[in-house]
Amino acid sequence: MSAAAPRFAPTVGLVSGLGILAAMAGLGWLMLPTNVATVLSALIGLALVAFVLGRLVGWSDRWMVIAIPLLWFLVFFLVPFFVLGRISLSEAIIARPPYSPLWETAPDGSIEILASLQNYAFILGDSLYRNAYLSSIQVAGISTIFALLIGYPIAYYIARAEEPKRSILLLMVILPFWTSFLLRVYAWIGFLRREGVINNILMWSGLIDEPLVMMQTPGAVYVGIVYTYLPFMILPLYATLVKLDGALLEAAGDLGASPMVTFFTITLPLSMPGIVAGSMLVFIPALGEYVIPALLGPSDMLMIGRTLWDEFFSSRDWPVASSVAIIMLILVVLPIMWLQSVQNRQEQR
Amino acid sequence: MTSNPAIAANTRPWRDPSAKPFISIKNITKRFGDFTAVNDVSLDIYRGELFCLLGGSGCGKSTLLRMLAGFETPTSGQIIIDGQDMARVTSDKRPTNMMFQSYALFPHMSVEKNVAYGLLREGKSKAEAYARVAEMLKLVKLESFARRKPHQLSGGQRQRVALARALIKQPKLLLLDEPLGALDKKLREETQFELIRIQESLGVTFIVVTHDQDEAMTLATRIGVMSDGVIQQVGEPREIYETPNTRFVADFIGSVNLFEGQIGPGAGDVMRVDTEDLGPVTAPAMRGLTQGQKIWLAMRPERVWMTREVPPDGVNTVPALVLDMGYVGHMSSYRVQLANGRVLRVTQANEGRRDNPITWDEQVQLSFDPPDFRVLTQ
Repeated sequence: MSAAAPRFAPTVGLVSGLGILAAMAGLGWLMLPTNVATVLSALIGLALVAFVLGRLVGWSDRWMVIAIPLLWFLVFFLVPFFVLGRISLSEAIIARPPYSPLWETAPDGSIEILASLQNYAFILGDSLYRNAYLSSIQVAGISTIFALLIGYPIAYYIARAEEPKRSILLLMVILPFWTSFLLRVYAWIGFLRREGVINNILMWSGLIDEPLVMMQTPGAVYVGIVYTYLPFMILPLYATLVKLDGALLEAAGDLGASPMVTFFTITLPLSMPGIVAGSMLVFIPALGEYVIPALLGPSDMLMIGRTLWDEFFSSRDWPVASSVAIIMLILVVLPIMWLQSVQNRQEQR
Repeated sequence: MTSNPAIAANTRPWRDPSAKPFISIKNITKRFGDFTAVNDVSLDIYRGELFCLLGGSGCGKSTLLRMLAGFETPTSGQIIIDGQDMARVTSDKRPTNMMFQSYALFPHMSVEKNVAYGLLREGKSKAEAYARVAEMLKLVKLESFARRKPHQLSGGQRQRVALARALIKQPKLLLLDEPLGALDKKLREETQFELIRIQESLGVTFIVVTHDQDEAMTLATRIGVMSDGVIQQVGEPREIYETPNTRFVADFIGSVNLFEGQIGPGAGDVMRVDTEDLGPVTAPAMRGLTQGQKIWLAMRPERVWMTREVPPDGVNTVPALVLDMGYVGHMSSYRVQLANGRVLRVTQANEGRRDNPITWDEQVQLSFDPPDFRVLTQ
């Protein structure tokens, strides 16, 4: 029944994760003193030539079909990734572009290699970056758990609702996407600040005498992240739960399982693909989140997204920023590849 | 496992008026909004029976089964299983198990885990449960498939896993919803007898829901024919076929030629019936009818005598023209037209390699033996 779903789940996670990183890398790439249009048109031209040649040589049509996604992957991920990788091996200099070349040709014609892994050594050796990574993983992890705990019952309820109620509920989950992400995060400030909605209601009802401090706390960051990414948890969960055959639950009940036991032995294991996909979709963007901690969080809250931002724009140390991004990519990709291989093995069993 | 001698001794408890029913369904009604799915059904089923609920889709047979399993709550009425009222007993506490039409095998569990599920919920130890699972898989001949997942099995194998899973808790009553519906014809015929073998060896009471009359006729000790939420007739397969009590039942089980008519004067064992299609015919007398009353005569296609000449000892003989014939192997099926245009179905057994069977466009004589008419009042 869900033969395709487990394979799909990590792929979505992978693609979205890579997408975010590619966007970051793309930012650097666009600033390159290269003529972007030239590169793009060269690539497209290359693809066209390959297409025509492929036809003549008789490449299978299957390759033709995946040519466009392949090209997309090449232009918007692989090329920026290599640009990023190249910058991460240089040294920051005050120039345009603000990084050193990888090699230099001396007047006597000999080539001196300047590339080094010193940025990586620096980052891995510096507790600031280590803490930023750990704190990001912690924030993303806890947010994912909360999103799962809140999202699961919502997804379950929607999946079990009758039409047309189900469509309305689904629409309500998707509705926030109609407004800008930034606006929605700003709206939370209105709720959480000293004279915000929550404090006003609590003060008015007499539950508290002093306004609660909610803004600029880690709690506000969690609220913001969970709120923002909740739909990404609910939708894949809903997609797996709605496919769950009601007869399976009846069969479990018929065989003597209480509703609670039925949930843990049937519903939960069968919704695992949705849990994995939803968690990936929340965890990965939350890991690199910059806007929410910047708007709602305390200024001393270390997160890798902010570190990255600071390195790029405040320190203008592109090589270090690139290394930070690449290490993060490895941190994201490795667990996903591991998860995918585990799931593949489970399927084959 | 040996067959239960107690069941073999009295194979037809429903014929014994003093026998105590094992399952009593009393005036059960189920409404969904304005729609009445099951309408005031009462039914007694005896221990060790293989009872078939037969009817078309939407006749309420599945709803009745689901109420027995505890998945639906009756709007009114009472269900008693082995002396216990089921009104407040939820499905997980009932002494019944169900085999689902879709089999509803847990896709993430192996065959043995599926089968063990019920026992483990009862709190049996793993060792005990898996020993029983091995026994059960042997019964359904799936010993070597214990570690497979459901999606690695064929349709017939899945069906047997579903049966094993439903039987392992030794339910007092096993409910089967279209148990053979998903199998192809050949496999279905084999499985029918397999099902009977298992039912007899375990002595469990079965209630089978099916829309397939052949399946019901082969499997059942008794059949309940349902339509529009009502049980039209309950009886042994032969009773249902030979003496249907309504036009619906006569038409639903097998095929039938129906003739509308009015009762004429009668004497002794026979009466005259004036029909539009056949003219006046002689039919078996039936008590409780009045002259001039509108009735229907039912005649099975294989009971019609079809000859080229008027048979010397024939009664109720009418001429007809063969429109069509179909050769089915063991028999041939004909469509013949009466003088007034009415088309009848007639079948003839192909007993020998007859050199000159009746064929298209032949003028024939149809004879209707009076005892083969079934008189229906509704």
